[in-house]
Amino acid sequence: MLSVTQNEPVEFAPTLLAKFADIVGRYPEGRHKSALLPILHEVQAHFGWLSVPAMDQVASYLKLEPIEVYEVATFYTMYFLQPQGKYMLEVCRTGPCCLVGAERIMEHLEDRLGVKEGEVTADGLFSWRGVECLAACGFGPVLQIGPEYTFYENLTEEKVDELLTNLKNNAGSQPLSANS
Amino acid sequence: MARKLLLANINVPGINTLEVYRQKGGYRAVEKALKTMTPDEVVEEVKKSGLRGRGGAGFPTGMKWSFLAKPEGVPRYLVCNGDESEPGTFKDRFLMTYIPHALIEGMIVSSYALGAKVSYIYVRGEMMPQIRILEKAIAEAKAAGLLGKNILGTGYDLELYVQPGGGAYICGEETALLESLEGKRGNPRLKPPFPAVSGLYGSPTVVNNVESIAATVPIINDGGEEYAKIGIERSTGTKLISASGNINKPGVYEIELGVPVEEFIYSDEYCGGIANGKRFKAMVAGGSSVPILPANLATKTAKGESRLMTYESLADGGFVSGSSMGSGGFIVFDEDQCIVRNTWNFARFYHHESCGQCSPCREGTGWMEKILHRLEYGHGSFSDMDLLVDVSKKIEGNTICPLGDASAWPVASAIRHFRDEFEWHVSNREESQIRNYGLAHYADPLEPLVQS
Amino acid sequence: MADDVKFKVSIDGIPVEVAPGTTILNAARQIGGDIVPPAMCYYSKLEGSGGKCRTCLVKVSKGSEKDPRPMPKLVASCRTTVMDGMEVLNITSPEVVEARKGVVEILLLNHPLDCPICDQAGECKLQDLGYEHGSAATRYEFERRTFEKIDIGDKIQLHMTRCILCYRCVYTADQITNQRVHGVLGRGDASEISTYIEKAIDNDFSGNIIDVCPVGALTDKTFRFKNRVWFTKPVDAHRDCPTCSGKVTLWYKGEEVLRVTARKDVYGEVEEFICNTCRFDKKATVDWVIDGPRHIENTSVISANHYELPAPPPVIKKNLRLQEANKEQLERAVKL
Repeated sequence: MLSVTQNEPVEFAPTLLAKFADIVGRYPEGRHKSALLPILHEVQAHFGWLSVPAMDQVASYLKLEPIEVYEVATFYTMYFLQPQGKYMLEVCRTGPCCLVGAERIMEHLEDRLGVKEGEVTADGLFSWRGVECLAACGFGPVLQIGPEYTFYENLTEEKVDELLTNLKNNAGSQPLSANS
Repeated sequence: MARKLLLANINVPGINTLEVYRQKGGYRAVEKALKTMTPDEVVEEVKKSGLRGRGGAGFPTGMKWSFLAKPEGVPRYLVCNGDESEPGTFKDRFLMTYIPHALIEGMIVSSYALGAKVSYIYVRGEMMPQIRILEKAIAEAKAAGLLGKNILGTGYDLELYVQPGGGAYICGEETALLESLEGKRGNPRLKPPFPAVSGLYGSPTVVNNVESIAATVPIINDGGEEYAKIGIERSTGTKLISASGNINKPGVYEIELGVPVEEFIYSDEYCGGIANGKRFKAMVAGGSSVPILPANLATKTAKGESRLMTYESLADGGFVSGSSMGSGGFIVFDEDQCIVRNTWNFARFYHHESCGQCSPCREGTGWMEKILHRLEYGHGSFSDMDLLVDVSKKIEGNTICPLGDASAWPVASAIRHFRDEFEWHVSNREESQIRNYGLAHYADPLEPLVQS
Repeated sequence: MADDVKFKVSIDGIPVEVAPGTTILNAARQIGGDIVPPAMCYYSKLEGSGGKCRTCLVKVSKGSEKDPRPMPKLVASCRTTVMDGMEVLNITSPEVVEARKGVVEILLLNHPLDCPICDQAGECKLQDLGYEHGSAATRYEFERRTFEKIDIGDKIQLHMTRCILCYRCVYTADQITNQRVHGVLGRGDASEISTYIEKAIDNDFSGNIIDVCPVGALTDKTFRFKNRVWFTKPVDAHRDCPTCSGKVTLWYKGEEVLRVTARKDVYGEVEEFICNTCRFDKKATVDWVIDGPRHIENTSVISANHYELPAPPPVIKKNLRLQEANKEQLERAVKL
């Protein structure tokens, strides 16, 4: 059971609502539930995570029962049900990446950030976690950073350090754009 | 050099744009199919090509198409499976990133063949950059009159949309994918009914892998018979192989089916040999779910014949001494790799990705992971290996979808071929925590191994 | 297809003719007895249920008259429809018996086995299943899964640790009640029945999720720890209810009605769903018109110290002469 950390009602900005409308338009009449996953991605990109009020608002927009949204949000691993660091570094932890050092990269991240998997650094900037295969096995070790899932390949400890520095320096600016 | 059908122009600068793609002959297949062929003729060419589904199951694509129900007044759908998540497989990401129009073109041709007016490309949500690339490519194609109403003046209408997943390997299973596309949890459906009869929104639906759909382009351009000339037996055409692990040149390679495994690993055209001068210990040929083979069974079959990169040859020996083409996720292990650790890692993957709907998979995958974890960390016992094999048998074949089998095979095959390495983790608990078992006899010529 | 078309099917060698579209499980139920596969998740009154628990797996040794090839894998009998000429093996197939034993072991892996303090004990389908098909010991040596406890209101108690994820309560909420506030959250072996946020499951028909639960995951809070079910006496009763059929079973201890449930058939399925008023608020004999004692299968522990006649001893069933001599009693036993 979730500990509700935010109870403030959520209002979606017109820009977000315009995106929702565009998404709903992709499906046949009456099949608007199909829009649920893409809309949840948009909401998460906007707020950083999926709070209960945000999900309830999505339910009301799509005329679903709130439980239908919770069921979906808790099934898929990309949806954050708790606030994360501004940058969530997701390192592939599956076999092929481990053959080329993914476990070392995760240890290094833990060491550098000083937080365990799933925790947020004190400055609110970083979280990290191991995730399952990101389908980039030939370019491992790899990590990705949402909301656009910017991808970093062939990682080494040095590259991770460089990335962390860059992220820290850019922290005030816009979210990362696609493709590094 | 082997023939390239999908990646021929991969190194052409700007091939990801419509302009360059068309300069290089792109969208000829759309012109040809829509202007000169009936939908049934397109299906016929794909049948003649012998193309087998490139997502992992290897079911003939043309036959799958011919099963599609066509009731009057009911829409039909083509859904492209871009949920690439099988460990070891990254060819679809590669294709979508660098030649997105190959997929768009294939989608138009295939949708036309199936009579679909709306088609979806379901891409795993983590591939957001690829989703953006595809959206851009679709917009380009639409602006050029290749999508939308009355394509190229032929009267055929098609809308194409990209749908992101939410992070779930199981959505690569076609009915789980359809559930997810309908905005639900990715629980696989019970079959029958099959999607060909009742798929997306209850309508007849075909779900095809990214590579399969892209492969229809050369099939239509050059004809199914021409495509079928490449390859051996029922393994026709070219196949994208994702090569990873301890090799000199990991990456995506387009092979003509029939290349010997040994050549694929050692030739400079492909993997370029084992990295860092190490020795070859084991291979997973088709993504993490297929049986792992020790070096000596990887390059040669139990009969001593050269093992080839074909559906038939990789499967030669069945589950006793063979493996499977699967999705073409080719993972190479060098002598420093621990098979116990890797098996635990794969078991953890399937445990993590089980949807939890049916009991053998929900409970069994976690059980296997726990036993393997115990073995890997030096707390196992000799009876664990038999227990693992037994649990894997309790899962295999008894689940709603193939994830159960996919979780069982890597465990059962690792114990079948590397049992002594597992036993060593029990007999040498402390040593197993500081060093690996090494190559042992796994690359020895086959004969002594079979006798022992 | 004409209504009178029947498919000829055999299950464990016993022939039966059923309407097209019938599942193997329901064909077996038409025969009855030992050859009926057990079902933990399938529920004939809930559309879409079944296929998940895998206890009802059977072997199709002959697909149909037209295509006699056997099916390559065991199939879920609750969701596989029969074909004309189909031959099915259930208890006569060692493969099925072995697979079922595996499923039982797997369903019990993380089950808390807290039967001594479980209100479902005595009418628990998992208990029956374990008794009939399981092994005495588990090979599972790890800590059992637990969940954070959640409160779903003052009428229904949720024990997630006991849940086997049959989804019946979810289908019930969708199909019988006017609003579903609970569902299956999370995935894999972390899946749980939950409301996500603290919320009571409370509407006119919500109590039915107790009756459809095959285990003690959802129990009646108003009956909680009141008594063991086998010490209570089931009596059928009805009342003129404006909301539901009003046909229930009252569970008596002495003069007192401890619990009200829907009437359940031989497969443990309710005959008619009842409303919460009948279930939770009408616990006095004066509220009801008594129809008579509820028949309980003599395989159930609840039939112990019951007033119905015992079945004839097995020795009679095996001996033709004794059968002849006890003809009347045998017939009565069949009717019971």
